[in-house]
Amino acid sequence: MRKLLLASTAIAFGAGAAMADDIRFGVLLGFTGPIESVTPHMADSAEMAWQEINEAGGILGGQMIGSVRADSTCLDASAAQAAAERLISSDGVVGIMGADCSGVTMAVLQNVAMSAGVPMISPSATSPAFTTTDSGGMFFRTAPSDARQGAVLAEIITERGISNVAVTYTNNDYGAGFANAFVENFEAAGGSVTTSIPHEDARGDYSAEVGTLASAGGDALVILGYTDGGGAMLRTAWELGAFDAFFIGDGMYGDELVESVGEALEGTVGTLPGAEGEMADAFAALGEANNVLTASSFTGESYDAAALLALAAQAAGEATPEGIAANILNVANAPGEEILPGELGRAIEILANGGEVNYIGATDVELIGPGEAAGTYREYVVEDGQFVTVRFR
Amino acid sequence: MDPVSALVTLTNFVLIPGFAYGSQLALGALGITLIYSILRFSHFAHGDVMAFGTMVVIFTTWGFQAIGITGGGVIPTALLAIPVGIAVMIVYLLVADRLVYRFFRQVKAKPLTFVMASLGVMFVTNGLTRLFIGTSERRFEDGERFIFSVRDFREWTGLAEGLALRSSQAITIVTALLVMAALFWFLTRTKSGKSMRAYSDNEDLALLSGINPERVVTMTWMIVAGLVVIAGTLYGLDKGFRPINYFQLLLPMFAAAIVGGLGSPIGAIVGGFVVAFSEMGITYAWRRFFTHLMPEDMAPDSMLQLLPVDYKFAVTFAILVIVLIFRPTGIFRGKSI
Repeated sequence: MRKLLLASTAIAFGAGAAMADDIRFGVLLGFTGPIESVTPHMADSAEMAWQEINEAGGILGGQMIGSVRADSTCLDASAAQAAAERLISSDGVVGIMGADCSGVTMAVLQNVAMSAGVPMISPSATSPAFTTTDSGGMFFRTAPSDARQGAVLAEIITERGISNVAVTYTNNDYGAGFANAFVENFEAAGGSVTTSIPHEDARGDYSAEVGTLASAGGDALVILGYTDGGGAMLRTAWELGAFDAFFIGDGMYGDELVESVGEALEGTVGTLPGAEGEMADAFAALGEANNVLTASSFTGESYDAAALLALAAQAAGEATPEGIAANILNVANAPGEEILPGELGRAIEILANGGEVNYIGATDVELIGPGEAAGTYREYVVEDGQFVTVRFR
Repeated sequence: MDPVSALVTLTNFVLIPGFAYGSQLALGALGITLIYSILRFSHFAHGDVMAFGTMVVIFTTWGFQAIGITGGGVIPTALLAIPVGIAVMIVYLLVADRLVYRFFRQVKAKPLTFVMASLGVMFVTNGLTRLFIGTSERRFEDGERFIFSVRDFREWTGLAEGLALRSSQAITIVTALLVMAALFWFLTRTKSGKSMRAYSDNEDLALLSGINPERVVTMTWMIVAGLVVIAGTLYGLDKGFRPINYFQLLLPMFAAAIVGGLGSPIGAIVGGFVVAFSEMGITYAWRRFFTHLMPEDMAPDSMLQLLPVDYKFAVTFAILVIVLIFRPTGIFRGKSI
């Protein structure tokens, strides 16, 4: 009997040692699909935060954090839900960094995360719909809502003296929410929108969509989509001579766009969530040291989302989904010691000693309302195939 | 009133894209109709075979570019790669025929069995294409992109409306016409073509007059290989290569073949243009056209669009249903299905 006990204890310890990580978080991003070019950098940024904590001694008295990646596809809700279910039931994650695109994020939240009681922090789901959805305290995001981005983009266009635009958006929660917010703000500022039509991604030919927009007319075309369909719309509209000036949303940002659209992109103006100043510099330095491409989109938001999950677990004193969900707002907002990128070890120490932190992170995190970022935006213009920052708003 | 601007708008947004798209559909539908009349089944793998052939052309194009063979900056390199694509596809289709279809031919299986077998070939081809080249979009067009661009046109004419003609569109239309002419010449003027037509009209009589059925089948697959590679490459040059789009072409291509009359080559061509222009015409917003055409005070307020662009496929379905109800043999009296 004693031998059996000893043996089983040994096996239990052995199993514990074999599992290198004690606490697991999921990284649910679209590693395939329309934003596959940006998600690897987002995942690297998130894992950089956990690695930083592990190197500083882990959380909750030396427990190591492990990361499990899963593919949200960005488009396919059922594939994303299956991936999230796998993360929760078979990999045993206690929190999810993700998902990315608003449509699949909403599906995962309502059909998987809420019923399983596992909190999600999305770095890039920007649909205004999340503001009004009751998630039972399970949903947070470090990217600001598109309601805000719609207002910023409307402001940028109005300031450039353009008062008459056509709008096209990618046909999902992200595109529709963004377009609504933009049209509302643009019309409130005295502009007029000639038409607002959706487009699908992954089509071969967009000349019919562009024909409709051209018939409606306008001084500029506002494209609120992804590099894939949105980029093709932009190229087609330029080639058919339907529009000469373009304004684009955050989903379109990426080097892939320059590659696929080429000279048609010259002079295009767009918005991208992002901060400047001390925290952005600290994050950029951190990325350089760890060989992570932080200049890509949503990397800071991903780092912050990952850091918040770990800090919330430490603040709760236990790595359980309920504990993490209940403590995210506490660690994200004042009062407390301000935490910049690269200071996660210090934050864990403060929390372990019973102190409080106010996580600033890479994107000046301030969670408002039901747990979403207040948000600053970068206004950029494309010059000679480069995204040049105009100013921050 | 400005009829010239109206015409320019219509040409730019409907006529040129419609002609290019119609030519691509017509070439695809010709292949479907040939297989239907000679092998007597609906070839569901057509779209994916097109994708596979185009993939071979893309790989060859990259290879040519790597060793410095190009179209000289004038014509796309892919056109030079087409013969390689056709050769590979002839082998591919003949192997598929030996492995799959020949057995069913020998046991004289029902047409539906053939259709299901071609569905299987479709899935395999579909998977192979994705395995080799992936699912994402590939653009392999090089050379001069425009014959004339909107900016050129405005400069020449001083009109406010623009008109563009892309090289790929012009190449598509010209190539399609040449291929169609060659096919008709082959079918009506050569001995092999005549034996194919005889076999299609009456299998037993053809056998009695000494036509070798296996030879006819082999020739059919060879011609189909040529048609799919050319159609697929032209579509890819014009609109970018993405396997899923080729699969989705299956519906409009079948619609074109059926509308024209299955088994009738002329019907396939006419059907291709009917489907293309219906899709474009019904989903196009005609406001700009009529604004130019009508006196200023009568300019329309609404978009004059019968259906939103998303309903393109619904248009194809509707044409198909209408034809099947009222004229099941198609415009040119092909075979009823």
